[in-house]
Amino acid sequence: MNRINKKLKENKKLLSIYFTAGYPNLNDTVSIIQDLEKNGVDMIEIGLPFSDPLADGPTIQKSSTQALKNGMTTKVLFDQLKDIRKTVEIPLIIMGYFNPMLQYGVEDFCKKCQEIGIDGLIIPDLPVDVYHDDYKATFEKYGLINVFLITPQTSDERIRFIDSVSNGFIYMVSTASVTGSQSGFGEEQTDYFKRISDMNLKNPQIIGFGISDNKTFSQATKYAKGAIIGSAFIKHLNNNGKSTINKFVHSILN
Amino acid sequence: MNYNVNEKGYYGEFGGAYIPEMLYPNVEELRQNYLKIMAEPSFKEEFDQLLKDYVGRPSPLYLAKRLSEKYNTKIYLKREDLNHTGAHKINNTIGQILMAKRLGKTRIIAETGAGQHGVATATVCALMGLECIVYMGEIDIARQAPNVARMKMLGATVVPALSGSRTLKDATNEAIRDWINNPVDTHYIIGSAIGPHPYPDMVTRFQSVISEEIKWQLKEHEGRENPDYVVACIGGGSNAAGTYYHFLHEEDVNIISVEAAGLGIDSGESAATSVLGKEGIIHGCKTLLMQTNDGQITEPYSISAGLDYPGVGPMHSHLSKTGRAQFMSITDADAMKAGLELCKLEGIIPAIETAHALAIFEHKTFKPDDIVVVSLSGRGDKDLNTYIDYFKL
Repeated sequence: MNRINKKLKENKKLLSIYFTAGYPNLNDTVSIIQDLEKNGVDMIEIGLPFSDPLADGPTIQKSSTQALKNGMTTKVLFDQLKDIRKTVEIPLIIMGYFNPMLQYGVEDFCKKCQEIGIDGLIIPDLPVDVYHDDYKATFEKYGLINVFLITPQTSDERIRFIDSVSNGFIYMVSTASVTGSQSGFGEEQTDYFKRISDMNLKNPQIIGFGISDNKTFSQATKYAKGAIIGSAFIKHLNNNGKSTINKFVHSILN
Repeated sequence: MNYNVNEKGYYGEFGGAYIPEMLYPNVEELRQNYLKIMAEPSFKEEFDQLLKDYVGRPSPLYLAKRLSEKYNTKIYLKREDLNHTGAHKINNTIGQILMAKRLGKTRIIAETGAGQHGVATATVCALMGLECIVYMGEIDIARQAPNVARMKMLGATVVPALSGSRTLKDATNEAIRDWINNPVDTHYIIGSAIGPHPYPDMVTRFQSVISEEIKWQLKEHEGRENPDYVVACIGGGSNAAGTYYHFLHEEDVNIISVEAAGLGIDSGESAATSVLGKEGIIHGCKTLLMQTNDGQITEPYSISAGLDYPGVGPMHSHLSKTGRAQFMSITDADAMKAGLELCKLEGIIPAIETAHALAIFEHKTFKPDDIVVVSLSGRGDKDLNTYIDYFKL
């Protein structure tokens, strides 16, 4: 069984952390992953940086630009991760935009992910329809779970379609926004969380965008299986460096 | 061979809608409605009326006698430079603002490079009384001050794009992010034949008035609808798409697309996407674009701010790949020379974008009885500073 599916079966709320590979320094990737696991994070999204991240707010944009300046490429990332499964057990997901994957070759990319022990992919600009028609077979051949996003504007009919194409979890975008733009959830969000929760989808949901602290993590996981933190973690790395990753994770979980 | 978009939004292998789920409802709403709305008699009537009374269409098809003499062929100029706001851009913004109104949108966003599309968008927003926000790269704001002032006078808010290389591609990213953040009340008026389906097709259809007019105007002049050649400069490719549209399936009409070679194709400072680009995804569509081997989008260069876009519309990628269009690339130096030549020979100061199309006559020989229609896509007022600096005027 894929590590993601196994993790989703655990009887707990999951904390997933996103970080941009190659940021703050090119070779921080492996140590950040190890530190996050050691401090109790359940799942990690490794961001493959892109020059034009159009679904991301300023924090992740800046970290991507810096990571590219540091010399991060798809090949470098795969090299850095080649022995990651010797030390890390939690599910690892690569999150990135489609063009770098397309240039690497989608099949080669998937094959490499399987060799390394990557469990899934999140590709915000690969729409579910295109995936379903052109790439699903390839992803499945290499045992990769592809994760799709839904938003408060996604129709019930489309959510059902996304649920039927998904085989891991659904990434529930909390608000109509790019990453890193809210602080706290209002009634509108909780109504939406509840509406989706009541749809009884076959895939569990994990909420992302706007989760930054213990309060928003608790609010989100009241309705969903877990929550994803991205921009807030990048900000923490930027302000405090890598040595205090433990403090960041504990501030979310306590 | 079909050169138009298919029902899935592709031109051959190019096009599609590679967009984050956050944009899906907006783009899908547009996809489901754009053809229906454009076919409504009331829409057509309003569009045609505004093009006539407000834009000043039809734009003349002018036989450039002295230019023709010099190059020993018959050159017609399609005078899009005489449109209100000085370029073809307004054809599209008029169409899209009417579309936005019918979709019930109250807030308009746009990206702009040199500022021409921004001005054309600010203009139609003023005309319709809609809020207008234009994203423009911080670097472009500094070098296109008069157009920034125009937009502000027209009531638009100009927001600097501070990310990435702070030019057109980043302004486009910022506009897309704005649309993600404002999914309900906002329409995004894309300025070129790029973006996710249905944008390339919608923009092309609004610009297709150019070739529609060329047909009947040439009939009046020459007794035939089809020229031997249609020529247009190409950045994203909206004036080119409009100039070709009604000739795409006319096999006796040759198509020449002129890209900006910048300092030269191999100089590292170029915007010749058909030569330097590879298939990839930019701003929501699969097309030819300039990128690193690793798939990072690179920054193009041209002296003309309207041509330095790292991609080209998906229709043009298809025309290039199938060989339907011949692509030529023209350096800064050749374009500037051709621009000045048109001033001296015909009394017309062209936009530097347009000057690239005019420069082909130095590089390609036409027969004396060939009829060559060149899209004179814009006027050169906005480029005066560049002309002044370049020629030390």
